[in-house]
Amino acid sequence: MSKFFDKSDLTRKDVENIVSETLNNCDDGELYLEEAKSESILLDDNKIKSSNYSSDIGFGFRAISDEVVAYSHSNEISKDSLKNSSANLKSTLKSSKGTYNHEIPKTNNKFYDDINPIEQKSLDEKLEVLNKVNNYLRKKESNVKQVTASFSGEQKSIEIIRSSGEALTDIRPLIRFNVSVMLEKNGRKETGVYGIGGRQSYDAYLKNDNWKKVCEEALRIASVNLDSKPAPAGEMKVVLGPGWPAILIHEAIGHGLEGDFNRKKTSAFHDLMGQKVASEGVTIIDDGTIDKRRGSLTIDDEGTPTERTVLIENGILKNFMQDRLNARLMNTKSTGSGRRENYKHIVLPRMRNTMMLNGNHSQDEMIKSVDKGIFAVSFGGGQVDITSGKFVFNCTEAYEINNGKIGSPIKGATLIGDGPSILKEVSMVGNDMMMDPGIGTCGKAGQGVPVGVAQPSILIDKMTVGGTKL
Amino acid sequence: MIKDQEYLKSKASYCLDLAKKFGATDASVTVGNSISESVNFRNKTLDESNRSDSLGISIETYIGNKKSSISSSNLLDENLKILIEKCYETTKITPEDEFNSLPDKDILAKEIKNLNLYDNSHLENDKKIDYLKELEQTASIDKKIINTESTFTENKSNFILANSDGFCNGYKSSSFSASCVAVAKDENSMERDYEFTSKCHLNDIIDPKNLGKTASEQTIKKLSPKKIESGKISIIFDKRIAKGLLSSFASAISSSAIARGTSFLKDKIDHQIFSDTINIVDKPDIIKGMGSQCFDSEGVKSDSLKLVDFGFLKDYLVDTYNGKKLNLKSNGRSGGSTNLYFENGNTNIEELLRIDNRSLYITETIGHGTNLVTGDYSVGATGFLVENGEFKYPVNEITIAGNFNEMFKNVTLANDLEFRYSVNSPTMFIEGMTVAGK
Repeated sequence: MSKFFDKSDLTRKDVENIVSETLNNCDDGELYLEEAKSESILLDDNKIKSSNYSSDIGFGFRAISDEVVAYSHSNEISKDSLKNSSANLKSTLKSSKGTYNHEIPKTNNKFYDDINPIEQKSLDEKLEVLNKVNNYLRKKESNVKQVTASFSGEQKSIEIIRSSGEALTDIRPLIRFNVSVMLEKNGRKETGVYGIGGRQSYDAYLKNDNWKKVCEEALRIASVNLDSKPAPAGEMKVVLGPGWPAILIHEAIGHGLEGDFNRKKTSAFHDLMGQKVASEGVTIIDDGTIDKRRGSLTIDDEGTPTERTVLIENGILKNFMQDRLNARLMNTKSTGSGRRENYKHIVLPRMRNTMMLNGNHSQDEMIKSVDKGIFAVSFGGGQVDITSGKFVFNCTEAYEINNGKIGSPIKGATLIGDGPSILKEVSMVGNDMMMDPGIGTCGKAGQGVPVGVAQPSILIDKMTVGGTKL
Repeated sequence: MIKDQEYLKSKASYCLDLAKKFGATDASVTVGNSISESVNFRNKTLDESNRSDSLGISIETYIGNKKSSISSSNLLDENLKILIEKCYETTKITPEDEFNSLPDKDILAKEIKNLNLYDNSHLENDKKIDYLKELEQTASIDKKIINTESTFTENKSNFILANSDGFCNGYKSSSFSASCVAVAKDENSMERDYEFTSKCHLNDIIDPKNLGKTASEQTIKKLSPKKIESGKISIIFDKRIAKGLLSSFASAISSSAIARGTSFLKDKIDHQIFSDTINIVDKPDIIKGMGSQCFDSEGVKSDSLKLVDFGFLKDYLVDTYNGKKLNLKSNGRSGGSTNLYFENGNTNIEELLRIDNRSLYITETIGHGTNLVTGDYSVGATGFLVENGEFKYPVNEITIAGNFNEMFKNVTLANDLEFRYSVNSPTMFIEGMTVAGK
């Protein structure tokens, strides 16, 4: 049992009573309690620039009647505060008369351990790693002009109390280690960024001097970019490398398959269920059950165990991602995709780890088949307009392809495409599927949640590359 | 009710005293409370109500030049004590940094101007619902509109900033905002656009009919877009996009980017960076201004700055830490720009549309394609093709690209500046960018 009420004037019984009385006539709802402890330590410009520790506690109380959601949150866990919230919910849902009480499936699976990563490594040790990173990079390459390295760690404990008094809990660790390096050569500056992370202790990622590999990768990307030429502009063939470039799938397809946009019919995919939306051989899943991955969750933020949801199977659209609200209104079941940034936010259907599965081509084959195009290896962020289906993402490492051969590196450029049609332009799916290194955060409606992506190399026959060279 | 000054002050001084007692040589505390109530509508019916009551505290402790910080939403004295002790212990083992310090006493804000940033009006949820009903009614008159989503949010905040040099000040502020997102559909496409209003005072927001009408019209105009050929073209940025370029400029002249050497505008003070008609001002004391402030996040007084004077860069946005590093005095911009704007140009909008006989008018960009280290810019865009001053047809699935160094020098501004946001720009024309399309 969690300790949310230990220091308040509430007993667990009081809370259960308020919850069940408030949600009595509602279709759904819950009391969500959260305690988060987090730290961030940043080295920048040869110095420890900041070390911050934060401890946050609060509740979010939600009542749903038909399509209407009432939400109230506060960081004061007290009888007054909870009763105020209850009154606020009741005033919105004046005439509720709900019946839905879809039971939450039980799970014995756990996809991470109950650890607090912040306490598993002393501050001294963390500072030492950051200083080592700084010295290592500056020594290794004389044109290193700036190094930034950071640790961020978090332990989030949650409890969900439903109107029946049923209580579900989860303890979620999360860490991230990041290195950014700026090089300067002949007056030209370029940066390279790389990071690793997931739901384990810092040392699980940093053992065997693994921090050196992170440094080398950041340095490699920056050096490649120092020699980059202006990117081409126009439509051409694009080969995407394995792993992190799968944020293309996240933006182009993933958001459009979230339940809310489809219930509201504002997604370009809402009327395409059961239809062919991708080339044969393309299978895409969203999986919350992969051990210790950044996007994994034992239960989602409504208490539903997560699952491996098949979104597109061999080119055919099979499922949307659902939370309880949208599932109920669309007559289906939650896929364990109900997530929120924290207690201050309502639940939305969100992605977890979104992956394209292996095909049977090699990356070599893809590159050899391209006369003129680009090979994109790493990306910064992306964004999508759900309604028009247009999406973009920004290359941070990319090369020209000329006559089947990889040529010079090109400058960062935005790639733009059309979500519902892009997967039909996939002409080869690779056999080299890779997970991303564990650094993704997805933003939707002002809420950021940790996610993962994975894919093999793929060849896209036509995409618009937003460079400056005509 | 939001917490009053007395409550916030008592928490702040409790923390400062405690930090001193543990052994901190200096400390600074910010305590804030914010209550926000919003109602969401979808297709003319209630969709969601949301009430949020957030209390938060952040504390920095110094031991000489060593510094660390904590933050929490749990304001129980017992919890604060544990956190401050932890913060002090962390400070002890954090390495020295010669530039760490509280701001110099002589530049702390002394008088607090009344900028009229707080309106005590309260709009009950039922009244918010009335506003949204009227808004969506108007927004969905046209049959092509298939979905509308709108929100009304009322926010009230109060805060106190206190430090161990005796600074202790804060003030209330409020905002009232409404927005409408519309989706339109025809046989060729489905498109989305929006309109919104946000003001400190309830009476200043746009009336619901106008807001709904604008959202609807802007969305319908975008239907059946075409993709255009790749090539060089002049770009006209709608005001809502032009302000984004101004925000990028503000990030590039922040003292942290300059001190770290990661800005394309480093060492450009007194250099010409814009065409010689361009003036940029940052004015913190606009009455009811959306970015107005009496002092910055360190308590330093902030005066108006002319950042760009006839094309020449005159100032960076300087805070205490980076100022010391750069040998500059803080100009009260810890936390960035305040009310930042381009002064009006001397071209009216009709003339601007006719500068070139073929240009692209951009109403929305997507993606994060701004590189402040190099000044490279490449984003996805939607807009309209303009020929001989006339809007011809909507355009999408294209990108526009350039480099700020050249783009800034090719800016021409219209004379239609309005103060709607904290960053504001007139309509902007930039000659000769690259569009990638077909």
